[in-house]
Amino acid sequence: MTATAQAAAPTAPSGRGGISQSITDSLVMAKRNLIRMVRIPEVVIFGLIQPIMFVVLFSYVFGGSIKVPGAGTDAGSYREFLMAGIFAQTVTFATAGASAGIAEDMHKGLVDRFRSLPMTRGAVLTGRTIADLVQTALTLVVLAIVAALVGWAPHDGLGDALAGFGLLLLLGYAFTWIGALIGLSVRTPEAATSGGLIWLFPLTFISVAFVPSQNMPAFLQHVAEWNPFSATVVACRELFGNLPPTYPVPDAWPMQHPVWASLIWSIAIVAVFRTLAVRKYRSATA
Amino acid sequence: MPGAIYAEGLVKTFGEVRALDGVDLDVPESTVLGLLGPNGAGKTTAVRVLTTLLRPDAGKAVVAGVDVLKNPTAVRRSIGLSGQFAAVDEYLTGRENLQMVGQLYQMSGRDAKKRANELLERFNLADAADRTTKTYSGGMRRRLDLAAALVVSPPVMFMDEPTTGLDPRNRQQLWEVIEELVAGGTTLLLTTQYLEEADRLAHDIAVVDHGKVIARGTSDQLKAQTGGERIEVVVHEREHIPAAREILDTHALRGPACEGCTVEEHTRKLTVPVTGGAKLLAEVIRELDARGIEIDDIGLRRPTLDDVFISLTGHAAEGEREPGATDEQPAPDRPGDALQHQPESEEATK
Repeated sequence: MTATAQAAAPTAPSGRGGISQSITDSLVMAKRNLIRMVRIPEVVIFGLIQPIMFVVLFSYVFGGSIKVPGAGTDAGSYREFLMAGIFAQTVTFATAGASAGIAEDMHKGLVDRFRSLPMTRGAVLTGRTIADLVQTALTLVVLAIVAALVGWAPHDGLGDALAGFGLLLLLGYAFTWIGALIGLSVRTPEAATSGGLIWLFPLTFISVAFVPSQNMPAFLQHVAEWNPFSATVVACRELFGNLPPTYPVPDAWPMQHPVWASLIWSIAIVAVFRTLAVRKYRSATA
Repeated sequence: MPGAIYAEGLVKTFGEVRALDGVDLDVPESTVLGLLGPNGAGKTTAVRVLTTLLRPDAGKAVVAGVDVLKNPTAVRRSIGLSGQFAAVDEYLTGRENLQMVGQLYQMSGRDAKKRANELLERFNLADAADRTTKTYSGGMRRRLDLAAALVVSPPVMFMDEPTTGLDPRNRQQLWEVIEELVAGGTTLLLTTQYLEEADRLAHDIAVVDHGKVIARGTSDQLKAQTGGERIEVVVHEREHIPAAREILDTHALRGPACEGCTVEEHTRKLTVPVTGGAKLLAEVIRELDARGIEIDDIGLRRPTLDDVFISLTGHAAEGEREPGATDEQPAPDRPGDALQHQPESEEATK
């Protein structure tokens, strides 16, 4: 390294370039975002309150009235069924944080500084998505504890349970790239907050997250069963052992092979939206 | 050989607006170019193009010997940018901000820490180093922003209106830092709408208006272009005005534009265009004294950059005037301007 010499005389540092620089830059940016999260704990706290509220509302308000096919009539079976849906919805809602955060950076001129530095282009966005992943993981831990308190439990062993949470984190990570693209595309941070959120409602509700698809109109049924969000939800239900033994699994391929479908969807989303977001970042002129 | 910053025919349009309309610049190493112009003149756009933030529609730019369009990454290693808005993370402390920038210049964690400490000391921020920058005053944020631009001591610096919105004391401090920097061999391109700032800091000045460089030269050259010097006298007694006028008229420079001595009755001020400098001034003082005319003030005044600016662009620079400048040149297209000459921290355009 030549950095010590740089301190004294006007000399330019030589870049390392390549993947190692890309990783270092991303981690530096992730650290920045994590420090911000610690300094603005409200964001993390509100991020927690919402899913906890959903757990309570769905379990006790809707729980008694919604019947899971193949299960008995007790509310407990719906709670088991529901949790994977709430977990998945929670990880996707982290998207809104990413879009708001990135829009704010773009707006405040901080990005001009970053873009004038010899850092790798994607690092500002990658750093943000990594920090969001950490936050999502923390949220999931708290949420799992709350879920356990209302009677949810994984039944297929620790390995499968962890695999389920792995899929959830991957889905959340993939969605933060969608959030990044939204954050780069809107004009103001305010627009990013709502723009990062509204599309999540149809996405998470036209799915098998809260109710089975069997009773939806045929068109919505297809949408719900091919929804990337549904794949992860069903994969988690399988991995957690949260489906009744006689639950009628729809014929759609992603519903038959939910773990694979979840992996493929998430990786495809990262690939597509990361490319688009980094390209947008490069050409962004604030 | 082209200078440390070189641009040729830069054009950038935003929709209908030609923000840059064929800008040429050449800044020799270790000198300061002041890019002077009103809001919206294209100064910021020029800086954004030269610092790789914006691709021009046409033209060529070379910074620190590297083509800006062909190899932006290499350019970024050799430049520091201090923008119009203090680009620091407000939830990070001053120290964390500087360390982050150091690491993004690919310094090791330890080197970045060491450099951050040095800069915090140098910019008088050591006491506030571990507070989040949200709690900093405007002047402190600017200093931190400048420090961030200097983390690797880049050979070429760009400062976009570095003192806009700062109070006079902070501005003075920042000027001293900038002068120190240039003395150390840094090449600097500075944009400003403060004529005083360009006068003090820049070796060369390029006056920009509507995306074009409309004049360039040293501060002295630009002033000389605008016109010669003047003697200004303020007499103590109003009844002495005619006598004083008589004396001054004998020294007045006659020409198509000069109409001899002008008088402001209420301030008892007489102004006359002259040549002859200090020697003539001494002579005038002696003659006034010989006639027993008591004077409150007398001085040889050379045109300020304000005068230059108005004569070149047909309107005044916005936001500020040079202290000591008089209000005798109303901007033709903005008659009320002379009355609104309050130093203000205007919102900069994007």
